[in-house]
Amino acid sequence: MQPTTTHSHTHGAHEAHHEPGFWQKYVFSTDHKVIGIQYGVTALFFLLFGFLLMAMMRWQITYPQKPIPVVGSLLNAVLGDVAAGGIMSPDLYNAFGAMHGTIMVFLAIVPLAFAAFGNFVVPLQIGAVDMAFPRINMVSYQAYAIGGVIMLVSFFIPGGAAQAGWTSYSPLASWIPGHGQTFWIIGMVFLITSSLLGAVNFIATIIQLRAPGMTWMRMPFFVWAQFVTAFLLLLAFPPLEAAAIMQLMDKVAHTSFFLPTGLAVSGGELANISGGGSPLLWQHLFWFLGHPEVYVLILPAMGIVCEIIANNTRKPIWGYKSLVYSVLAIGFLSFIVWAHHMYLTGMGTKISTFFQTTTMIISIPSVIILSCLLISLWGGSIRFNTPMLFALAFLPMFGIGGLTGLPLGLNYSDIHLHDTYYVIAHFHYVVAPGTIFALLAGIYFWYPKATGRFMSEFWGKVHFWLSLIFMNAVFQPMFAQGMQGMLRRMSDGAANYSLAKVGTDAIGGLTDAIMKSNITISHAAWALGLAQIPFIINFFWSLRHGKKVTSDNPWEATTLDWQTPTPPPHGNFVAQPQVHRGPYEYSVPGQPKDFTPQNT
Amino acid sequence: MSDHHAHDAHDFQHHVRRYLFVFWALIVGTIITVGAWYVKLDSMALTVAIALLIASVKAFLVAGYFMHLISEKKMIYGILAATAFFFAGMMYLIVWGRDQVPQGTIHLGSRDTFQTPGSPSKAAH
Amino acid sequence: MEIPYVVQPRQDTGLYNAKVGIWLFLASEVMLFGALFSSYIILRIGAAPGEWPVGLLNVWIGMGNTLVLITSSITVVLAWASLKMNNFAKFKVYQGFTILLAMTFVVIKSFEYTDKFTHYEVVLQDNTIYDGHLKERTPTHVVIHGHKVEHGRHAEGEAHGSKTPHTDIRIERAQIKKMENYGPWHNTYLAIYFTLTALHALHVIGGAVVIGYLWGPGSKLWKTDPERFTNRIEISGLFWHFVDLVWIFLFPVLYLL
Ligand code: HEM
Ligand SMILES: [Cu+2]
Repeated sequence: MQPTTTHSHTHGAHEAHHEPGFWQKYVFSTDHKVIGIQYGVTALFFLLFGFLLMAMMRWQITYPQKPIPVVGSLLNAVLGDVAAGGIMSPDLYNAFGAMHGTIMVFLAIVPLAFAAFGNFVVPLQIGAVDMAFPRINMVSYQAYAIGGVIMLVSFFIPGGAAQAGWTSYSPLASWIPGHGQTFWIIGMVFLITSSLLGAVNFIATIIQLRAPGMTWMRMPFFVWAQFVTAFLLLLAFPPLEAAAIMQLMDKVAHTSFFLPTGLAVSGGELANISGGGSPLLWQHLFWFLGHPEVYVLILPAMGIVCEIIANNTRKPIWGYKSLVYSVLAIGFLSFIVWAHHMYLTGMGTKISTFFQTTTMIISIPSVIILSCLLISLWGGSIRFNTPMLFALAFLPMFGIGGLTGLPLGLNYSDIHLHDTYYVIAHFHYVVAPGTIFALLAGIYFWYPKATGRFMSEFWGKVHFWLSLIFMNAVFQPMFAQGMQGMLRRMSDGAANYSLAKVGTDAIGGLTDAIMKSNITISHAAWALGLAQIPFIINFFWSLRHGKKVTSDNPWEATTLDWQTPTPPPHGNFVAQPQVHRGPYEYSVPGQPKDFTPQNT
Repeated sequence: MSDHHAHDAHDFQHHVRRYLFVFWALIVGTIITVGAWYVKLDSMALTVAIALLIASVKAFLVAGYFMHLISEKKMIYGILAATAFFFAGMMYLIVWGRDQVPQGTIHLGSRDTFQTPGSPSKAAH
Repeated sequence: MEIPYVVQPRQDTGLYNAKVGIWLFLASEVMLFGALFSSYIILRIGAAPGEWPVGLLNVWIGMGNTLVLITSSITVVLAWASLKMNNFAKFKVYQGFTILLAMTFVVIKSFEYTDKFTHYEVVLQDNTIYDGHLKERTPTHVVIHGHKVEHGRHAEGEAHGSKTPHTDIRIERAQIKKMENYGPWHNTYLAIYFTLTALHALHVIGGAVVIGYLWGPGSKLWKTDPERFTNRIEISGLFWHFVDLVWIFLFPVLYLL
């Protein structure tokens, strides 16, 4: 680390004189890399937690009303009657389901994809010393942590956690007994604040702190993806914040923002409220965030995959400009497609047509991005290391997720598919084998930069192949279940529904094969969980025992994040980098090596 | 900007006069708004239009002069243009979405096949 | 190495970091209030005909508060201009006024709130409705200073100087079917009124705290780094003007229309 000679305004004057202590270095750090790692570790914890909730739910789906093995009695002990006898009650199922969605989206994937990777990598890739506002960066992480704690605590309050789904549709969410929903709202306000602060910081950093010569069109695609993602968070989250405030008012001040006149509650009584509100309003405001949010989940993943593919094919990305324009187009259009989640609300045909049209249009840039990445493979001398395997698997997985989304975007077919397991399969293909694979690829890829050691290749590959197989075994059958009409959010895995045969063909119920696939899915899901054990061990074991990197640029990459000491010190670069070329100059004829870093 | 403090002073007198002008314009705008309300125009639409028009002018003055948007950098314009677009899209589409919701009770009776047994028109057959 | 462009603008963008930051933040604020204004529209056009109360608030008070905020905006901008002209003493005076005006605004607002919370609608068993301010409340009866509501003329005309004379009305508890004050729960208009104005008031308070800090302890920076200090005043000023701007729309929308 270069000793700081002058007193710095932004960092406080201490560090020039002595090494920061443990708390300052790891807990109250303002260094973007430390904050990135804090985000990463916390988000991985929540990813595991969200998965474990689902692992328990899958038991209830598969073997309804049977005590959950191993953890059932534990659940009973900590949560009380909702898990009486170790059996997951429908209420608990609802709570776990709602929290699985909330935790996965807002506490696991977004923080990992956007905040963790963004924090660690973006300043390095643009050649900056740090983020533009380091202290705000720290506060952003703290707000996230507090939001997470509030969500966790809500499991243990009387009545348990929120039960109205991650979408928290009112009136249900406003009327459901207990305080879980209130905790959810307050937790969300913290998470939203965290994201907003993060978004401001990222955009300002990318606009202001690019190294000399780092023009817009020389930025790595990952930075572009993060830039657009930050805008989505910045402008789409506030309406949800507004909606959350109104829902909070409905809950604690007994207003009727989302409660219509004549609302009948349990027992058919009229609710004692003023009425006059609009349930549709909640859905609009929720999905105004909700749709851009799915791009928040996927764009950083695309960015990571792009970096890894360029690096491991040893050739320039095909169609860098198309990638950039596509990601901008996606960002722009993602604000005007939201009501494709609402075709069944009866909002009318004209507006459905409008949203169906914009939805079809937005699929074009997504396809362009996928195509560019795919074409980039052509003719490359591909290195099949673990990061690359995950990145390669991302392409077809995201492809499946994306393509199966089209029937959901079309009004007509969505009427059949809405709220079935088909939807679950569709978006999980995007976020689980899609985004999660990209994130894992990113972890294997940047681990050597962060720690100075590689993760084990062998166990990485074991992790990859097992994950690939089980991910597909989990989600593929759900398409079939959904197309037969199996609804989501049913705590008995549709057992009751399968019996509901009306007439000969009117409602066909569910076939035995479809019902039995619940068993396959659940076992695959548990196996998927076990398949993460090699990863977890690899992750911690390699910190101490992994193979040491022999150079600062072990993957022989071109971007600036690899032109720093390993691990990068506070302040990142030895000297101010000067950028002379585009991000992916691999195998340029006439150059001494098959990669030409941006700063040479 | 570093050595501006001294020689800018004169320049700024000029700015200050403009700020004061904007201030008085805002006061007058407020008075007109309340005046238009006080005389109770017959047309609700006109009242709304006048109130919002004046509010927009006032907003323009505040944003343009107090917040210096009149002479801001391109980057800021870009950010705000995107925001304005999304803001307008949100408001317009949400309102349009409501407009399309079928109101009242929907009678399927216009086509005979949808009649339930025992409904009046069926009985007439 | 230090973070660049903390004070000096970057060449190609012409901006210093915090300027970008505050405008981004304001952009998100636009969307926040935009969503609430959209909600206002939805609730309003969704209200049953004649149900949306008009004239519940006192326009003169609202107008007064509008003038207070406008004045605070000019003092903020003059404070900043004073710094630009290297006149710290004048800055102190102007910004001092800003803080006082902010407090005035909040105080006036809280009187308005109190007024609404003590304003009751009382529905009797025979469906007669009385409307007025609570004067007295005992276990057996309540006294309301107000009037009987003629059918269909719900809570009208307060702002125009009430046409119906107000008197003290004593009502036995036993007669009362429902008694509710004009809090946010009373109807969707009041719900959005309280939500919007409370959120706005929080912004006023937040802004005043920041401005107060930069006026008091934070102003030491003027001695060591005047440019950076001036930038901070500009940034806090931008926020303050935005708060004013929101009110410019809130006033007609909630008080007049
Ligand atoms: C990788 C392992 C995962 C498995 C096995 C899994 C499984 C499931 C299943 C079966 C459901 C449907 C539950 C029901 O409808 O009753 C569900 C719902 C959901 N999942 Fe996952 N999921 C996984 C990961 C993720 C990830 C990474 C995300 C992140 C974005 C996510 C987000 C959601 C959401 C938002 C819901 C809807 C919750 C609701 O109904 O409100 N899941 N998941
Ligand atoms: Cu969507």
